Amino acid sequence: MSIDMAQFHQVFFEESFEGLDAMESGLLNLDMGDVNVDEINTIFRAAHSIKGGSGTFGFTSVSDFTHVMETLLDEMRDGRRRVTQPAVNVLLGSVDCLREMLQAIQAGGEIDDGSVSAHKQSLDSELNNHSAANTDQIVPSEKALESAEREPEITGWSIAFSPHLHMLKTGNEPVRMFRELSSLGDLTVTADLQGVPDLYELDPEECHLSWKLDLVGNVSVAEIDEIFDWVEDDCDLAKQARLVFPPDFGEQNYDAGVSDQLVAGAIDAGPGPGPAEPELAVKLKESKNDDSKAAKGSSSIRVDTSKIDTLINMVGELVITQSMLSLVGEHFELSKLDQLKNGLSQLERHTRELQESVMNIRMLPISFVFSRFPRLAHDISSKLGKKIELKLVGEHTEVDKTVVELLSDPLVHLVRNSLDHGIEMPDVRLAAGKPETGTVTLEAYHRGGNIVIEVCDDGKGLDKEKLRAKAIEKGLIEPDVILTDKQTYELIFMPGFSTAEKLTDISGRGVGMDVVRRNIQALGGNIEIISTLGKGSTISIHLPLTLAILDGQSIAVGDETYIVPLGSIIESLNIKEDRLNRVVGKGETFLLRDQYLPIIRMHEIFNVASAKHTKLTEGLLVVVEGQGVRCGLFVDDLLGQQQVVIKSLEANYRRVEGVSGATILGDGSVALILDIPGLVRLANQ
Amino acid sequence: MATILAVDDSASMRQMVSFTLKGAGYTVVEAVDGVDALNKAKSQAFDCVVTDVNMPNKDGISLIKDLRALPNYKFTPMLMLTTESGMDKKQQGKDAGATGWIVKPFNPDQLLKTIKKVLG
Repeated sequence: MSIDMAQFHQVFFEESFEGLDAMESGLLNLDMGDVNVDEINTIFRAAHSIKGGSGTFGFTSVSDFTHVMETLLDEMRDGRRRVTQPAVNVLLGSVDCLREMLQAIQAGGEIDDGSVSAHKQSLDSELNNHSAANTDQIVPSEKALESAEREPEITGWSIAFSPHLHMLKTGNEPVRMFRELSSLGDLTVTADLQGVPDLYELDPEECHLSWKLDLVGNVSVAEIDEIFDWVEDDCDLAKQARLVFPPDFGEQNYDAGVSDQLVAGAIDAGPGPGPAEPELAVKLKESKNDDSKAAKGSSSIRVDTSKIDTLINMVGELVITQSMLSLVGEHFELSKLDQLKNGLSQLERHTRELQESVMNIRMLPISFVFSRFPRLAHDISSKLGKKIELKLVGEHTEVDKTVVELLSDPLVHLVRNSLDHGIEMPDVRLAAGKPETGTVTLEAYHRGGNIVIEVCDDGKGLDKEKLRAKAIEKGLIEPDVILTDKQTYELIFMPGFSTAEKLTDISGRGVGMDVVRRNIQALGGNIEIISTLGKGSTISIHLPLTLAILDGQSIAVGDETYIVPLGSIIESLNIKEDRLNRVVGKGETFLLRDQYLPIIRMHEIFNVASAKHTKLTEGLLVVVEGQGVRCGLFVDDLLGQQQVVIKSLEANYRRVEGVSGATILGDGSVALILDIPGLVRLANQ
Repeated sequence: MATILAVDDSASMRQMVSFTLKGAGYTVVEAVDGVDALNKAKSQAFDCVVTDVNMPNKDGISLIKDLRALPNYKFTPMLMLTTESGMDKKQQGKDAGATGWIVKPFNPDQLLKTIKKVLG
């Protein structure tokens, strides 16, 4: 039977990469002092699966390599070997190496043999270093087997087979062994009924029979052993070869001694190592045009089947609603109006639910990003000689796949900063009365329609005086400017600003916080810093859950409708004349409690001639906030709140200042989605 | 045709085993670990169980032990998928009541041959 093994490759790769991630995080979690057996088991299991799979699918270089890792892990698991940091480091390196090997195979490229043999060498030396209990493998006496097999004179076998009472309970049925034997030659079976007890004492689940089997044919002892391989401990088995010697087999070469020896050899040979034939797997060549290669490049997503089930359910509902509606529409009379309305509202509900479930499919747990950080923390702390504990909180919080992907780089930068600049060296921490080990917490949670991600450390915190001095030195601010705490921290985000006294190879790799902020803003989010000198800093990122759909408030300006992201609206109010201030050359402001808000007249900014209200006291003021700046939008009216599907203006038209995208409304008209920070910039020009 | 329960935590191995057996006309039900397998075995009768050894939640050896304790599975053939390095596992498996084993790596033909051995 020929089966194209290539069809399983893609799944094998996916699960192997998952296994490698599991191994990596397991290795990082290993506590040298008190080794958790579960943890090692998980790591071992992953290695074991990769080995089994790669062997089966014909990637022998991978299975050979994993075999060495597995041996090391097995000894750790059995307690025959102590878990040491050097051993863990070697294993971590091997995980990387294995990942590269698999990536190379997946991409159809070459495996870097140099790197593989280097890693293998360090694994081997780790294995030999602390020579664990002697792992003498029981090598079956091959010679005995061979000598028996080489004799062509065997014409058959006499086999005495007495199963132990319990043998049937291992699922081994004597009949199937007889059937197999009979396929090798001419078989005569004689049952020995002597062991069968009286009917009253008979336990029908036990095997009381024994058999004498005569097999005629040119059969090797290995073939017979293979058949009885599974039951060797569950029966008494004696095999005796029936020998006929060829005519030219001289009498002088033969005496009884040889025969006895041969028979004894055949009996003692015991079960061979099984007919495993591992080289067969090797022969399965990868076909050149396998599907995995076609699939490569396109990004795939693993979805919880329950999500798919929900989706299928919703589609089913939709189909039912649709057929109901078409029935109503076929011979429509006014009396069916209620039915039609019902159907339509059902359609609306199902569509909304369907939309939600579809969006849900793209949601991935943020652990996809978080999972790389334990390794990062491990590497950086060992490089810098710091003691750091990394805590991950809320890893299961789900975010849209695109957000997850785009979030990863900025987060790496932030975590690296915390590890490098935030957490102090152990002696400094002790001197400051803090625990020697610094803690960096990475937390994700949902708030409203947003996801919040916080990077929090208990390090030295930001020094406001230093920040200020540095900003002045770099000419970023004037010496006499007074800044609030928040504005001081914001300095970090200015291009060309670096707080590190010296650049290390860990941070300062050319990407500044300004880039991080730009990336976060490009995702429609914002970033904030809270810091206490000597106590630590927290950087929080707020992001929309998905980039495709937005909760919006529609506002009317004349005949035009605009969408304001709901998250940026603070309140909406009527304008009272006595709260208005007009400053010549600086525009108009509105006094909201004790804050003066600049007013942006929407109809002026967007040149809407049809605006109903031009007198401020007649319209509405929508107070919005974007990137820490508040202002009031002067509009004609508020329409309603709704979820809108974002269409990119840049992709379909071009970038427009103050507008982040567009959407299509129910009546088919296009509404622009406002970009509040951009609008503020626009108004200031 | 016989119904076989295939248990493996690795999706690719599971697919391969299942695909091979289905191709030979067997009915195959897949389970992702010992717990899943035990639940499935309780709600449906199987003529044969093929299980991996190393699995989360419940490993193959405990699964075999638990299945053997069920009246319906007293004599059912149960095969474990093991590697050549797992000699001690074989003994543990046998003690738990395994019928036999299939040594990884194996190819579809070897698998079918072994299954045929117990199912005829």
